[in-house]
Parts: sequence; C-alpha cells; structure tokens
Amino acid sequence: MSTPTTTDAEALIENLDRKGPMHHFHHALHKYPWISPGIVLVIAIVIFGLINHRFWAISNLSLITQQVSIVGAIAVAQTLVILTAGIDLSVGAVAVLASMVMAKTAAEQGVPGPLALILGFAVGAAAGALNGFLITKLRLPPFIVTLGTLSIFMALTLIYATGRTINADKMGDAANILLWLGNPIQFGAFKITFGVVAMILLYVFFSWVLKNTAWGKHVYAVGDDPAAASLAGIRVNRVLFSVYLVGGIVLALAGWIAIGRVGSASPTILPDANLDSITAVVIGGTSLFGGRGTMFGTLIGAILVGVVSNGLVLAGLDQAYKVLAIGVLVIVSVALDQWIRKVRS
Amino acid sequence: MSDLSSIQPVVQAKGLIKTFGRVVGLNSANLELYPGEVLAVIGDNGAGKSTLIKCISGAETPDSGQIMIDGNEVSFKTSLDARAYGIETVYQTLAVAPALDIASNLYLGREKRKKGVLGTVFRKLDHSGMRTTAKEQMTKLGIGTLQDMSQAVETLSGGQRQAVSVARAEAFGSKVVILDEPTAALGVRESNQVLKMIELMRDRGLPIILISHNMPQVFEVADRIHVQRLGSRAAVVTPQTHTMNDAVAIMTGALKVDEKDQALGPVRVSATA
Repeated sequence: MSTPTTTDAEALIENLDRKGPMHHFHHALHKYPWISPGIVLVIAIVIFGLINHRFWAISNLSLITQQVSIVGAIAVAQTLVILTAGIDLSVGAVAVLASMVMAKTAAEQGVPGPLALILGFAVGAAAGALNGFLITKLRLPPFIVTLGTLSIFMALTLIYATGRTINADKMGDAANILLWLGNPIQFGAFKITFGVVAMILLYVFFSWVLKNTAWGKHVYAVGDDPAAASLAGIRVNRVLFSVYLVGGIVLALAGWIAIGRVGSASPTILPDANLDSITAVVIGGTSLFGGRGTMFGTLIGAILVGVVSNGLVLAGLDQAYKVLAIGVLVIVSVALDQWIRKVRS
Repeated sequence: MSDLSSIQPVVQAKGLIKTFGRVVGLNSANLELYPGEVLAVIGDNGAGKSTLIKCISGAETPDSGQIMIDGNEVSFKTSLDARAYGIETVYQTLAVAPALDIASNLYLGREKRKKGVLGTVFRKLDHSGMRTTAKEQMTKLGIGTLQDMSQAVETLSGGQRQAVSVARAEAFGSKVVILDEPTAALGVRESNQVLKMIELMRDRGLPIILISHNMPQVFEVADRIHVQRLGSRAAVVTPQTHTMNDAVAIMTGALKVDEKDQALGPVRVSATA
C-alpha cells in the first residue's frame, strides 16, 4: 500500500470521530448535560443506603427534600445569572435580607402578614435591580458588583436586625402566613412541606419559561455570545437587568421558604448559601461561561449536594468530608463541562 | 435601454459625510442600488466602505447627507430602524449564538409565538412553526442537507453557520440584503456555497450589496462594482467593461474612469421591475 492520501486521512479522522461509543456519549452529554450528575446522584443514593440503611428511610428522604428547599430555590436565581455568563455572590445575603424584612416589619411595626411579605419581595426585587443596574449601566463585572453587594446586603441585614433573631411567637398574627411554607403535606409516610412544593414549582416554571419564551432564548443567547445577540437585535442590557431583577424576586421567595423551614428569621442563617447555590448550578451541568445549562440540571445538583451532606453525616463522617466531597464534585463537573464544549459536527 | 434609465434605485445615498474626530470616514459619498442587482463595494482599507455600509444598515449615523429608500428619505438611529425597512445585514463574524439551535438562531430577536391564549397570555413560542419555516428557508437557499433544525449551531461547519446567517437575512430582508465580507472566515468550498446563495437571492429579485476584498468572487457575482476611494466613490464599473487589474488601479488611484464609461445606471433588468 502506498502512503495514504489526504482523503484517506480525512476518512480515518471522520471514522474516529463518528463511530466510537465515546462519541455518542459525548453528544448525549452535550445535549443533556444533566445526565452525568444524574448518574452520580443515583450512585450516591445507592452507596449511602448500603453504608447506613437509615439513609433510605422515608423519613430521612423527606428530611433531605426539606434541607434542599432553601438552597434549591436560591439556585434557581443563580442558574439564571450563570446562564448569562455572570455570577451572583450576593444571593444568600439577598434572601436573608428579604426574610428579615418580612419578619421584622410584622413583629415590630405590626404590619399585617400579606403586606410584610410584599415588603420582603419588594426588597428582594430592589436588591436584584441594584445588582442589575451596576452591571448594565456602570458596566462593572458581575463578580465584583455582587462581591460588593454581598457585604452591603449582609451589613444592612445586621444593622436592620440589630443582630437579633426574630422567633415565630414574636410575629403575632403574621406568623400564620410567614411560616405557611413550613406546613407539612403528608403522602403516607413521606412528608414534604409547602416550601418544598414552592421550590419544585419554581423549577417547573422557569424550565418552561427558558424553553418556551423569547425571553428564555434571549437569556441563553446573551450568555452564549453577547455580540452576536446584539447583532441579532436583542437588547443585551435589558435582558441582563431583567435576569437580576427576576433573580431578586426568586431570592425573596427563598427567604420566605427559609422562615418556614427554620421557624424564625435570623441574620446569620444561610452562611453557605452562596457557594452551595453555585455548586448546585455547576454540578447540574450549567456552564460558568454562560449560554448552556438547564434548570433541571440545577435541581439534580442541589439534591446531590443535599444527599451527599446528609449521607456523610449518617455514615458517621465528620462534616469536613462533606466540604471535601463537594469540592471534588465541583472540579469534576467543570472539567467535564470543558470537555463537553469541545463537541464538533 | 430607455426603460432602464427610468428605474428608481432601491437604496440611494447622497453626499454622505461622516467624520470620526479628525479622521474623515466618508467625504460626500454616493451610492445607488437598483432593483434585482448585486452591487459589490470594494476599496482599500480605510476607503470608507464599511462606514458607508454601516450608514445604510443603521449601525452608524452620517453627519450629513441623505439616505433614500425607494425615493423616500429615511434616517436610521440604530440597526433596528433599518431592519424595520427590510434591510438585513450578514456579518463576517458568523453572528450566531452557538448553543442555540438553527431555528432559534434564525428567529433570534424576532421569535414567533403560538396562536391563541398560549401565545398571547403565556407567550409560548411556536417551536414547530419556526422549525418548519427554518427548514423551508434553508432548502430554498440550497442547504437542504441540514435535516434537523433543532441541531445546535455549534455542531455546524463555518459555511453552514454562515448559511444560517444568510437564511436569516433572506427571511427578513424584504428590501435589501447587505453582506459584509461574508466569506472572509470561510474556506474555498464554503465560500462558493455562499456565492451560490447570493445568486439564488438575486434570482428571486432581492437586491444585494456585497462588501468584499476577494476580487475573483466580486467579478463572479456582481452586476456592478462600486469602487470606494478616500471616503467617496471613485467609479462604478462592471465585470464586462473592466478587468480586475482595472479595479485595483481605480482603488489605488492609478486609473481614473471617465463618467461616461462608468455604469452609474442600472445594468440588469430585474425580475421585479
């Protein structure tokens, strides 16, 4: 045989590219980035259950869903932001600030429950709008803006709350509505709360919106390639601003879920919410470079974080192992994302 | 030839001036585009061809001068204004969102919604409708090989991506399609595909402005060639009356063409006229 011609070489490369099972797996991951965290989640549930059978107990699985509800809701806002190639380090602080406003206006100014809720949501929206304003009008990078507002919102919360926790009994009549999302729903032995339902509805709603509305397509396009989006006639800054604004409203809802879950409003709850939400998003297959990812993936990521921390505790391991495991998961997920992005036709 | 001279230009630019600080981008530049023709715009770097085209596509606003569409004066503040008049632009940079699918890219910024309550209240997009028209559009431009309109654009080759851009321009450009160096990022075979699309669009009566550095391509598809030099029009020639060497000589100022030897009027009897 003579030396291979160019066409032979091309055919060879094409064969390598097309025929391998690795290629199909690569393409499947590219189309459905939540597959890999899904597989890890199933493996984790099996292994933790084998280590300690109490892990599989329905009461424990119910507990995991409740533990996931707050970070899960926060991760919805984080997903929207990361899809635009941004990042929001202030998510936890916004949720706590909104929850403090809800509880404190009810407890100390005697504001009726529904109005207290609305005030909390307004504060969440305003916080999101501030982030959006600084990012789109002053053209500062989201990382810097939200690093700054993280401190600002945290400090405002501490100053406003004078460092104190507000317990349910101080909220008066408003306690009914402020703690409403903590009410349980029983499915046989399986017990979830309204807060869990609210979180799941958030995922269903935003999955639908991202997939089926022009706004959703624009969120992806802006994160993917802002220059191309702009040439296609999308008002990039308007989309970015709307994402932070909507995110702020979602975070206020997360704050409301937190009051129900904890039974009080405290300026120091959710210390890990920022990193946990970013972790959930990244593990869920959403790219930190923007433009690709799904809400469903984030939900799997949030549940995986919940399963790992709960499972390690039941396995009798120190909390430090949870942090270690999450760190490994994050790095593996991002490495996987880099590989997925190399897809070609 | 008397009916040719009575044809009104689709796009006419008269005495456009545009300065950037002390730099003169356009110095009283003129341009006419007649129905159904491919007008190539060539010129050295800095000759003002991009600025001229940006004024027509709304990306820049001239300091003075007139732009007329079908004889009516217009003023474009943004490229969205130009689009409202049916002027679409294809950029050399493959301006598509890689992670979105073909249909979404085709309709990006102009999405179609479902009919009825789903569309008006829930603002649901008409995915199947957009895919069907996207498919028709691609087939119309001779890219029938792409079957799956829900395929992400990043899985396509450079030529196929540019085809998506061209298809988008053709779908929404009811008046004029401007192609700004559409083949600069493409290989030989893919460039030919884009040239074929240009001819297909012209045959359907859509006038085209093609900005290009590539002389053989220009001489292959253009009906008239507008040579831009030092901010204004040096000459308009045709591939029949002048050679590539002539065109380069006009670009550099080595050759002056007498006005009676130029092709300032329309040369093609268009399908629509």
